[in-house]
Amino acid sequence: MTDQSKGPGFNTLAIHAGAAPDPATGARQTPIYQTTSFVFDDVDDAASLFNLQKVGFIYSRLTNPTVSVLEERMAALEGGVGATATSSGHAAQLLALFPFMEPGAEIVAAEKLYGGSINQFGNSFPRAFGWNTTFVDADDPENFRKAVTDNTRAFFIESLANPGGVVSDIAAIAKIAHEVGVPLIVDNTLATPYLCQPLAHGAAIVVHSTTKFLSGNGTSIGGVVVDGGKFDWSQSDKFKGLTAEDPGYHGLKFTETFGELGYTIHGHAVGLRDLGVNQQPQNAFLTLLGIETLALRMERHCSNAQAVAAYLERHPGVDWVEYAGLDGSQYKALADRYLPNGAGAVMTFGLKGGYDAGIKLVESVELFSHLANIGDARSLIIHPASTTHRQLSEEAQKVAGAGPDVVRLSIGLEAIDDIIADLDQGLAKTVPAAAAE
Amino acid sequence: MARNLIGPRMNHDSYPDAYVKAILDTTKTIAMVGASANWNRPSYFAMKYLQGKGFRVLPVNPRAAGQAILGETCVANLNDLTEQVDMVDIFRNSDAAGAIVDEALAMAPRPRTIWMQLGVRNDAAAQRAESQGLQVVMNRCPKIEYARLNGELGWQGLNSRVISSKRRKLAS
Repeated sequence: MTDQSKGPGFNTLAIHAGAAPDPATGARQTPIYQTTSFVFDDVDDAASLFNLQKVGFIYSRLTNPTVSVLEERMAALEGGVGATATSSGHAAQLLALFPFMEPGAEIVAAEKLYGGSINQFGNSFPRAFGWNTTFVDADDPENFRKAVTDNTRAFFIESLANPGGVVSDIAAIAKIAHEVGVPLIVDNTLATPYLCQPLAHGAAIVVHSTTKFLSGNGTSIGGVVVDGGKFDWSQSDKFKGLTAEDPGYHGLKFTETFGELGYTIHGHAVGLRDLGVNQQPQNAFLTLLGIETLALRMERHCSNAQAVAAYLERHPGVDWVEYAGLDGSQYKALADRYLPNGAGAVMTFGLKGGYDAGIKLVESVELFSHLANIGDARSLIIHPASTTHRQLSEEAQKVAGAGPDVVRLSIGLEAIDDIIADLDQGLAKTVPAAAAE
Repeated sequence: MARNLIGPRMNHDSYPDAYVKAILDTTKTIAMVGASANWNRPSYFAMKYLQGKGFRVLPVNPRAAGQAILGETCVANLNDLTEQVDMVDIFRNSDAAGAIVDEALAMAPRPRTIWMQLGVRNDAAAQRAESQGLQVVMNRCPKIEYARLNGELGWQGLNSRVISSKRRKLAS
């Protein structure tokens, strides 16, 4: 039924892409193939599978029929050629970089990233692997060009940055990446492909934590890497993992043998094989259930968040609100361009009462859950300076948008009046504390 | 059926699934120009896979002439083939593809399809073939297209771009 000139709509892909009735049983919902391994027909069949001369299942660390449905669905929703699911969003970032990084190779990344990513890129990657990251202010895309050296292998940004309110000019940064011959990798977790499709704006690769809005119910940790298939890995000798003879596959060259599919096949055949960060079939199943309703949920997440942001902006105990859907946001124009269906569900705001007021608020709310996640059906609250960003210095916290006064909200799907009423009673308890200082 | 599509030139940037599927469904014998006896070359991969799906693949390569590749004796040129083929699959570079298409057009009977592999595209040669009623596919791999249209490609996380509520056939 597919008309390739137009293609099925987003909601059709969200429900159907990658899935079909089970060939063996006719089961309509995707079965959970909870198995480690798959039998070979004979020795020749096994050899063909291990040599990548035949497509099939060997071992669930490499591929699994439930997980592959999630992979194909995410590739379809992002408009990519293929995807590799991983055990977490952090694993997706590791796997995305793995094919072409080496000791001494460099990444240029936006400085406003999820705090966990700043730790991963800024501390662990250089210490363990010699992968060095230069963090730049992404508000001026030219800062990426200025940070490029001969060793630069990739640019990395978040489409909608966590903890919130910051929108990247994807097309401008992608253009610079193209000019200097490196792939732009975009973490699209907070936006989801319903709100933003980075590949259409020139990104080469998209990564997600599927833990968040994609699964939607706070049940399953997971990640995914989606390849747009457009980046020419053979344009230079910088990406040898994909273009040179692979000793693990008897001299096979992934881009030569598999063309635009080479990156994704490498992600499974080398990345998952050697890093071991595969997603579990049970998690893939739960995430697939979530994705079926992604568009409906994101619409409500966004409308609820817009109302909360407007409420906070008027509250006397609130110093500032950072949400790209607000008219006063410096990122409103970028949000209108890249997030036309809504500015997401995550926002930050500053309390006039500072660090102490932040702690008071998270302890006072009764509907909001105080935890370190976003993208749940439930409304969530966290004070980054005392939790997710506490390993960073105060200076680094501020650069990351997570200073002492900052509270992050992930607005859920509850009745909007109840969400605002809970914040109202919680904030009422912080204002006297602020006044007493 | 694909043969009814002959007439207006194909858009070689984007093929309808029905066009590619009809070609693969009606093809039984493939002459593979540039076949390799080296097991880690892409052409060997494709030949082995297509054999596994029931296609007869006849290797053509002057440097391997007389050798057996995957149970088939390799010949030097297309006009050395003694059997009729449905498709000529070209594993050579884009420039070399032109002369191979002309060799294919000189075959009697002619193949129905000229297929140029991933990265191989020669629009002038394609036009010569199409003007004589042949179907042309360029810059694609029949192994990948077969896997894509039969639900196998998704097993590697690849986007088949196929949406269907019908039960898939069990893989062979």
